[in-house]
Amino acid sequence: METKKTKAEKAYNRTLLWRFLRGSKLFFVISMIAAAIAALADLVTPQIVRVAVDNALGGKEANLPAFAMRMVERAGGFRYLGEHIWIFALAILAVAAVKVIAQYAFRVYNTKGAEKLTKTMRDALFGHIEHLPYAWHAKHRTGDIIQRCTSDIQTFKGFISEQLTSIFRIVILLALSIGFMLSMNWKLTLIALIPVPYIILRSLYFHRRIGSAFLACDENEGKLSAMAQENLTGVRVVRAFGREKYERDRFETQNEYYTSLWMKLARPMSQFWSVGDVLSGLQILLIVVFGSVLCIRGEMTAGEYIAFLSYGGIMIWPIRMLGRIIAEMSKAGVSMGRIAYIMKAEEEREQGKALKAPMDGDICFDHVSFRYDGGREVLQDVCCTIPAGTTLGILGGTGSGKSTLMLLLDKLYDLPEGGGRITIGGTDIRDIETAHLRRNIGMVLQEPYLFSRTIAENIAITDGDMSRERIRDAARAACLDDTVQSFAKGYDTFVGERGVTLSGGQKQRAAIARTLTQNTPILIFDDSLSAVDTETDAKIRAALEARFGSASIILISHRITTLSKADQIIVLDRGRIVEQGTHETLKNAGGVYQQICQIQSASNEEVSA
Amino acid sequence: MKKSSANPMGLRFFGFNKVLPYLKNYKKPLIGLILGCLVGSAVDIGVPLFQRYALNHFIGGGTLDTIVPFVLLYALLIGGSALVSYFALYLSMRIEVGVNKELRNAAFRHLQTLSFSYFNQNSVGYIHARIMSDTERIGQMMSWTLLDSTFQLTYIIGAVVVMFSIDAHLALYVVAVLPLAILFFSIFQRMLTKANREIREINSEITGDFNEGITGARTIKTLVIEDTMQQAFVKDTSRMYGKSVRAARLRGAFAVTMNFASSLALAVVLWKGGLIAKTQIGTFSMFMSYAQGLMEPIRWIVDAISDLITTQVNIERLMKLLSTEPDVKDTDAVIALYGDSFTPRTENWEPIRGDITFENVTFQYPDGDEKILEHFDLQIPFGTNLAIVGETGAGKSTLANLICRFYEPTEGRVLIDGRDARERSQLWLHSAIGYVLQTPHLFSGTLRENLLYGNPNATDADIDRALELVSAKGVVEKLENGLDTDVGEGGDMLSTGEKQLISFARAILADPKILVLDEATASVDTITEQKIQSAIDTIIRGRTSIVIAHRLSTVRDADVILVVKDGRIVEQGRHEALMKAKGVYYRLYTRQYEDEATSSVLG
Repeated sequence: METKKTKAEKAYNRTLLWRFLRGSKLFFVISMIAAAIAALADLVTPQIVRVAVDNALGGKEANLPAFAMRMVERAGGFRYLGEHIWIFALAILAVAAVKVIAQYAFRVYNTKGAEKLTKTMRDALFGHIEHLPYAWHAKHRTGDIIQRCTSDIQTFKGFISEQLTSIFRIVILLALSIGFMLSMNWKLTLIALIPVPYIILRSLYFHRRIGSAFLACDENEGKLSAMAQENLTGVRVVRAFGREKYERDRFETQNEYYTSLWMKLARPMSQFWSVGDVLSGLQILLIVVFGSVLCIRGEMTAGEYIAFLSYGGIMIWPIRMLGRIIAEMSKAGVSMGRIAYIMKAEEEREQGKALKAPMDGDICFDHVSFRYDGGREVLQDVCCTIPAGTTLGILGGTGSGKSTLMLLLDKLYDLPEGGGRITIGGTDIRDIETAHLRRNIGMVLQEPYLFSRTIAENIAITDGDMSRERIRDAARAACLDDTVQSFAKGYDTFVGERGVTLSGGQKQRAAIARTLTQNTPILIFDDSLSAVDTETDAKIRAALEARFGSASIILISHRITTLSKADQIIVLDRGRIVEQGTHETLKNAGGVYQQICQIQSASNEEVSA
Repeated sequence: MKKSSANPMGLRFFGFNKVLPYLKNYKKPLIGLILGCLVGSAVDIGVPLFQRYALNHFIGGGTLDTIVPFVLLYALLIGGSALVSYFALYLSMRIEVGVNKELRNAAFRHLQTLSFSYFNQNSVGYIHARIMSDTERIGQMMSWTLLDSTFQLTYIIGAVVVMFSIDAHLALYVVAVLPLAILFFSIFQRMLTKANREIREINSEITGDFNEGITGARTIKTLVIEDTMQQAFVKDTSRMYGKSVRAARLRGAFAVTMNFASSLALAVVLWKGGLIAKTQIGTFSMFMSYAQGLMEPIRWIVDAISDLITTQVNIERLMKLLSTEPDVKDTDAVIALYGDSFTPRTENWEPIRGDITFENVTFQYPDGDEKILEHFDLQIPFGTNLAIVGETGAGKSTLANLICRFYEPTEGRVLIDGRDARERSQLWLHSAIGYVLQTPHLFSGTLRENLLYGNPNATDADIDRALELVSAKGVVEKLENGLDTDVGEGGDMLSTGEKQLISFARAILADPKILVLDEATASVDTITEQKIQSAIDTIIRGRTSIVIAHRLSTVRDADVILVVKDGRIVEQGRHEALMKAKGVYYRLYTRQYEDEATSSVLG
């Protein structure tokens, strides 16, 4: 677990920590002050009782700090107070009021700090992740990143707002109570404190040791849970093979094992807590016995004795918790490291001049070659010009590089130096501002991503103020309006809501509508009509023709009917352009395109093999 | 969740009555736990009495004459209390994990008998939560909640009794504070539960946001809506901040009330009992201890009650699962002869031939409102290769479901070897059926364990032969530990194509007379594609096979083709005849042919 951290890493984590704490530091400071006040008030109460017992009721000589004596005198002296004991009751209530207000402030400010910290961390992570390059996203697993963004943040927040503050509170409480105890009687103080170091160390040691056993329990619970999950997802296989008994036995065996792990923990845990009870009990017994002795010897008063007992009681739980808190603190470092890993990744940056160049010019792929990290070349020397306002059709199989070409055009991957150039209106896209470029390219993917919002919100995602009319207009062009109207809630249907799952074709059409609302001069359809039937496909293309006559369009498809209308068609094979021309020239060129044309035009003829 | 005032499950006393049957193995520990709590709280009540004695006798009397027996007795008390708490903790843990275990086993076992309609109507996540978290909550309630409430309740009663017996007048003042405290705690408790639920909801929304921001990264970038997404996210985290701080204020106010109540009790004792201190300092001190010590138990009990109320929902849901009756069920007579799914009586099982007959079958899904089959007749003699084709979602798996008896016909009969399938047990049928899913489902564990799923008695030689037949030997040889390689959760260490081949081998090992195969549509590389193709040809040979087909070759060679459209069978016959008819099949086939040919040309 523990990895050697370099100095630079540590320094980075420290800077990050301060950045995250911005805005919450003050809250934590206030909460600590409040905690100290509350602890003080808590510890003053036994003193009031002591004075009431010893001086007011017992008539003993008082030994109080000067300010307290002045207060007593102003209240009428001890004799008067002894006859009006309700004044002490009021004093206790007054101190209690201070205490509860301080406690309240502690809770609220501690939560404010904790939540502010969580918010800062979450916001920073989310914003950072959104601005990381696509290549980073392609490389990392969603589940792992989400884990870092949720439970690691939680762990780290817990460290700051619970563990650190608890330690601070416990230390303050101990220091103050020791101070009060010393002011009364140093001998009994020492005696009362005898078990304390042992209790703390014992708890620390126990929780360090038991940690791995808890981990084993967690792991086995995970296994059991996964077993149940698999049984449910694989219910068809289980039933079809008639393996219900096997499944039951397997589950029960694991369940038994998991239970036995807990049972193995039951003994040491019960022992730890009950021996802890004994130690705390002994601590009190020490106070009772030696307190009595000291009282009889006249070295201490009855009031002081009662106060000592109160302090003993107040101290028990903080002391018992301290070891455990320290033992559990080590997790936070790991979480911080995991969060820092994400924050350290570099955000997308402008490589070139970040120009807002006009985007309605010719698109030119100029000797484009590309490979992913360490992989083989996915694109080799691709050259092709799309004159403004014309349509390019691309035909290619899986692994032909057609989608990569589109990723490069949208700067989702950066074309490295020496990998050729892509220009729009003569400007190298490296010099075009990324956001400007993407805003002017409408891209629809084969498996489009819709957000868990309403259909209307999905279509209008780039502009929250879009009018319903514009939304419907785009939906009509994408042949989606009728479908949506048939839903009970129409455009306000929530995507992914129970019962309303959009089909693949409906999702594609929703994504097309979303893209159409942007009126971009460049449109890319990456196999995005594949799940739509042929008639709808034709209708959508006709609508595009009518509305986006001036746009440059790139169509990736397997359907000749889709491709044939393009002004220019290229056939890609393993990263190279193997054929280039129009439908008319290619359909008789004797290449792949012709072959596919023949296959697909045979639909109306007999094809039995 | 709909709130029903009726109480259809017959839950009483927070649902305890329904959980009781699962506690029968834990009677002794439970009684021990309750006794332990009684003794433990008695000891806790006793401690202030000792202090009273020390103050009154030693300090007040100025003598140490009884100090030795006092210390011994006190130490005995501490030791005894520790011993009791040891047993109480131990028993509590034992009951907790034991009840968990029993309930989980019961739920799991019952799920193995439930019908497919149940699994179609309830999501995996929902059912999973019943097995894992409901049982855990109930286990906690039966142990810790029980421990706390018994202990604290006894403490309160005991302390009140002691106070009254020593000084009824002063005790009255202390007890007067209690009802007020209980009232306040209950009100806060309710508000807090609501606040906590709100926070949990926003929290899951935020996790959802993260999920969307990460999985939708490509779309977000192409649409340049990073900032929009972030604004929406910040809105959610701000809401979270607001709600959390509000909840903290509530929790703070709760603690304030509690602490203040405790100080109030103390002040009352000082005010009304101050004069006692002059004569009996010990009694005074004891009262102070009780007064302060009463608030914590009261809070615990209020907590425990709210726990009980929330756990009632868990009990309700779990009991609903346990009382769900399967739609498909063997009759008692069948079970008597053939045994049930867990204790089969294989000695009475007839061998199966593999003839299937649909006789005047009408079928409608239990949760559907349309008849999928109406008076359907079909003979599938042993060795027939039946192919079912149609668009995705057209209802192709219905026939397979009926043959496997995952569902039973609404009217008419499905005959296996000439006898109604219902006349023999489900397990009898299932042990003669092989099933290959569209998305192959492997279990975590080794490759060998997965293969043996088809037939637990298969030897290594059998496995070898099966792998050979489906050309999957390469898959195993490639792996470091061969058959003993762990395939990971859901078999994720293997590629889709490899999983496909392994699931074929698994089906072959079962050597079923009837094979149901749902062909995959997922694209795999050409070589794997060819392997799968030839594996399918191999495994359907010599069996009755029902293939939900996506591959042309499988369809072309089938003995009977059923064409399904919008959940109904629209065409039926052999390939040549259907092609001539130029109907639905013809269009499907040519479209499929185009797609396959295009992909193969493009490579």
